[in-house]
Amino acid sequence: MDKVKARIMDAADIKRTIMRLAHEIVERNHGVKNLGIVGIRTRGDHLARRVFEAVKSIEGEPLGIGVLDITLYRDDFRIRKTGPGVQITDIPFDMDETTVVLVDDVLYTGRTSRAALDALMDYGRPGRVQLAVLVDRGHRELPIKADFVGKNIPTAPGEEVLVHLKEEDKVDEVVLVETAGKE
Amino acid sequence: MNWSSTSATDRLSHAGFLTTRGTALLLKGARVIDPAQGLDKVIDLFIEKGKITHIGKLVQADLPKHKVINLRGKIIAPGFFDMHVHLREPGREDKETIWTGTSAAAAGGFTAIACMPNTDPPLDNSGVIKWVIEQAEGGPVAVHPVGAITRGREGKRLTDIGDMVQEAGVRMFSDDGSPVGTAEVMRHALEYCKINDLVLSTHSEDLSLAGKGVMREGEFSTKLGLPGWPSLAESVMVARDILLAEFTGGRLHVGHISSAESIDLVRWAKARGVNVTCEATPHHMALTDEACTSFDGNYKMNPPLGTPEDRDAVLLGLKDGTIDVIATDHAPHTIEESQVEFSLVPNGVIGLETALGVVAKELGAKKFLDWTDVVQKMAIAPREIMRLPAVAIAEGSEAELTIIDPEAIWKVDPERFLTKGRNTPFGGWELPAKSLGVINKGWLVLAPDARMLIS
Amino acid sequence: MALQSKHLLGLEGVSREDITSILDAGLSFKEILNRPIPKVPTLRHVTVVNAFFENSTRTRISFELAEKRLSADVVNFSGSSSSVSKGETLIDTIRNLEAMKIDIVVMRHPLPGAPQLLARYCDSKVVNAGDGAHEHPTQALLDMMTLREVRGEFDGLRVTLVGDISHSRVAISNIYGLQTMGAKVAVCGPPTLIPRHLERLGVTVYTDLDEAIRNSDVLNVLRIQMERQDQGLFPSIREYHALYGINRERLNSAGASKDLVIMHPGPINRGVELDADIADGPQSVILQQVTNGVAVRMAVLFLLAGGNNELE
Repeated sequence: MDKVKARIMDAADIKRTIMRLAHEIVERNHGVKNLGIVGIRTRGDHLARRVFEAVKSIEGEPLGIGVLDITLYRDDFRIRKTGPGVQITDIPFDMDETTVVLVDDVLYTGRTSRAALDALMDYGRPGRVQLAVLVDRGHRELPIKADFVGKNIPTAPGEEVLVHLKEEDKVDEVVLVETAGKE
Repeated sequence: MNWSSTSATDRLSHAGFLTTRGTALLLKGARVIDPAQGLDKVIDLFIEKGKITHIGKLVQADLPKHKVINLRGKIIAPGFFDMHVHLREPGREDKETIWTGTSAAAAGGFTAIACMPNTDPPLDNSGVIKWVIEQAEGGPVAVHPVGAITRGREGKRLTDIGDMVQEAGVRMFSDDGSPVGTAEVMRHALEYCKINDLVLSTHSEDLSLAGKGVMREGEFSTKLGLPGWPSLAESVMVARDILLAEFTGGRLHVGHISSAESIDLVRWAKARGVNVTCEATPHHMALTDEACTSFDGNYKMNPPLGTPEDRDAVLLGLKDGTIDVIATDHAPHTIEESQVEFSLVPNGVIGLETALGVVAKELGAKKFLDWTDVVQKMAIAPREIMRLPAVAIAEGSEAELTIIDPEAIWKVDPERFLTKGRNTPFGGWELPAKSLGVINKGWLVLAPDARMLIS
Repeated sequence: MALQSKHLLGLEGVSREDITSILDAGLSFKEILNRPIPKVPTLRHVTVVNAFFENSTRTRISFELAEKRLSADVVNFSGSSSSVSKGETLIDTIRNLEAMKIDIVVMRHPLPGAPQLLARYCDSKVVNAGDGAHEHPTQALLDMMTLREVRGEFDGLRVTLVGDISHSRVAISNIYGLQTMGAKVAVCGPPTLIPRHLERLGVTVYTDLDEAIRNSDVLNVLRIQMERQDQGLFPSIREYHALYGINRERLNSAGASKDLVIMHPGPINRGVELDADIADGPQSVILQQVTNGVAVRMAVLFLLAGGNNELE
């Protein structure tokens, strides 16, 4: 078990941050017209739904919500032996001329986001793509930048940021842990 | 051309066996079993110049210069005789030669074997047969070739049976590998062989019922999608041959009997007074068709492995005396031939070096037979059936002996076999008995781990 | 996520979890096939050899499409079945290909046990695309994927295979797979075409088609091969059609349920085992089976290629 070093965000913090992200997204895009939110499985999916609800409560107008499974696009495909199987990608709105806001829990090396971009492009042809993350922990290995960041949490080697969400982990929190071995 | 540059005894010594001639031997403290005389006691034997000169409680000081072999806890029996072996020479020396085969026989505890005629050219004339006998002459194992019943084993014309008997001393005839397809030919063969009280050993397989089968037809052939042949194809021929034997008064020996119905038929025939005997292999008493589920070619033979009912019938048949003989049907094949799809693997498995151990495991451990019965079925009965002189353990007889360790626990390692073949279904098995050596024709052959018993 | 075995040699002994993983993954891959770009880059590091020693256009095309949709490199090899006397042995053939660095061998071979032989002596992962009359696991998997779409649950589902059971690898694999998932399997056909002791596999045997129809939720109709007539295993096509042919009239007179599902592995002998009115009718899921075939094969290749690989 990894050792928890610090609890950076609790349920209330997460709620406020999501609300702020929702406002930022709406502000940057001048409303929700031609806007769609797509969560990257698994936790990005839950966050996307919360952002979607938040945006709806702000604007009161409809927008698209979808989920993206990137298992088939990961470049570390060969290494993973365990984990959830490949699941469905479902983006029920038309991506042409639409701004797609990809939502993920943690932005780290940038590889997940790159895979998500590939998957999205094979699925359709979005007008624009923006990236929204709850946590940015630095240490990018690819030239990827988030458009909307919930919280910047710099990490040292041997540290990791874990986002726990009620839907998966029974509690809402963001914790900094010391990793036991290799990630 | 030298297919095997080393003789049987050289091959044995390269493998760590002691092979010597000429030394007098005192075999001390063994349990000596000879059912023919009703002998079963712990007693010493003295062997000089290839003959048993003294039996009894012997005092070393009274004896001429000799070596002692301490056999306390071991068994001495008349030399075991495997009456169903394929030596492959002439023709397929890549699979086995007379020298490699007899060295394997000696390693397995046999002093004599009968080799089948399905060689190339076949053993269907006295010339080839005399040559085979000569090849084995200098070695520790006697070879008794079995003559073919029909020319080329084609099932049509009888061979010159009388010539083979007179010129080459043949005592048994068989077309093994193939059945004698036509009843009329079999009838004539049985009648003709009454001349010299000869016995016919049969390969019972109705080819039309067997079809393209490569294993026993049943639950497992269904599961594996492999074409199977029903045990009916064997028993139909056994029934035919029994009736022909009864009708003609000839002598029938059913080779490698494998199914419950066939064994029941032999039981019925014997009760009626028909002159019939039969043999079973160690693999048919140890294994069933379920073994084929791995598609491993080491479980492919003819007749194929039967159902559990068949295997139990073989064990019971041995126990109640319906089955007279245990013979291996030793059938070596090359490695290349074995590493192909199951359907294409040639039929047959080796058996000389595992026979004793498997018999001890399947029959001894389950208390079906004791050692006296095993000696009866592996040393006495084969010679009786072939009307060969009995091997007696008595003062003045030629010494032809098998030495057994009935408590040895050993693991089968096919790479260490003396046979050229590696196609054994018993690889990796732990067996509860083994042969320590043989004494025959003046030779002493002693297994590597038995050498320390000499002083 | 990864399958318990390095290979897919058959469905015998394959766990419920593994079958479910494959069927679930199949759904995702089916969705991908419907996209404008029906391709994912997942197996671009993988080379697959389709070694077909027995003719089969449909299965080979299905596998080839599956492999290409996953961006794998594909090599097609067809040859007559090998034996030592005819030339290069099977093991040598595959080892030669392995020396060219391939990862997966998809093999169809006329002799049962050939995939087992490869799995034993060669290094590649092996997918059995049909070995003689033994197994055809991907066919059974696509059949099950289709059934799951149409009927949802396997538990207690009554599936009957109709036709030449004794030479059918489709039947054997379906029997294993369906039973693992909890379905009740039966077979129906002329006695000469039903292998002995099939009941020992837990299968009900019907020789009366009407009785089979009344007791089934699904009929999987197997193709009858003309060679069997030559071997004397059934008298004539006319007789076979009269006794075992599936058509509207037969289903009606037997009292078949309206929801009876009709399947066929293809290719169909129209007018023999299956008539057009049923093959093309609303109860038939035959074309769905074909679509699912590519998806299920993608799932199998994906799960085999991905799992059990060491860190490089």
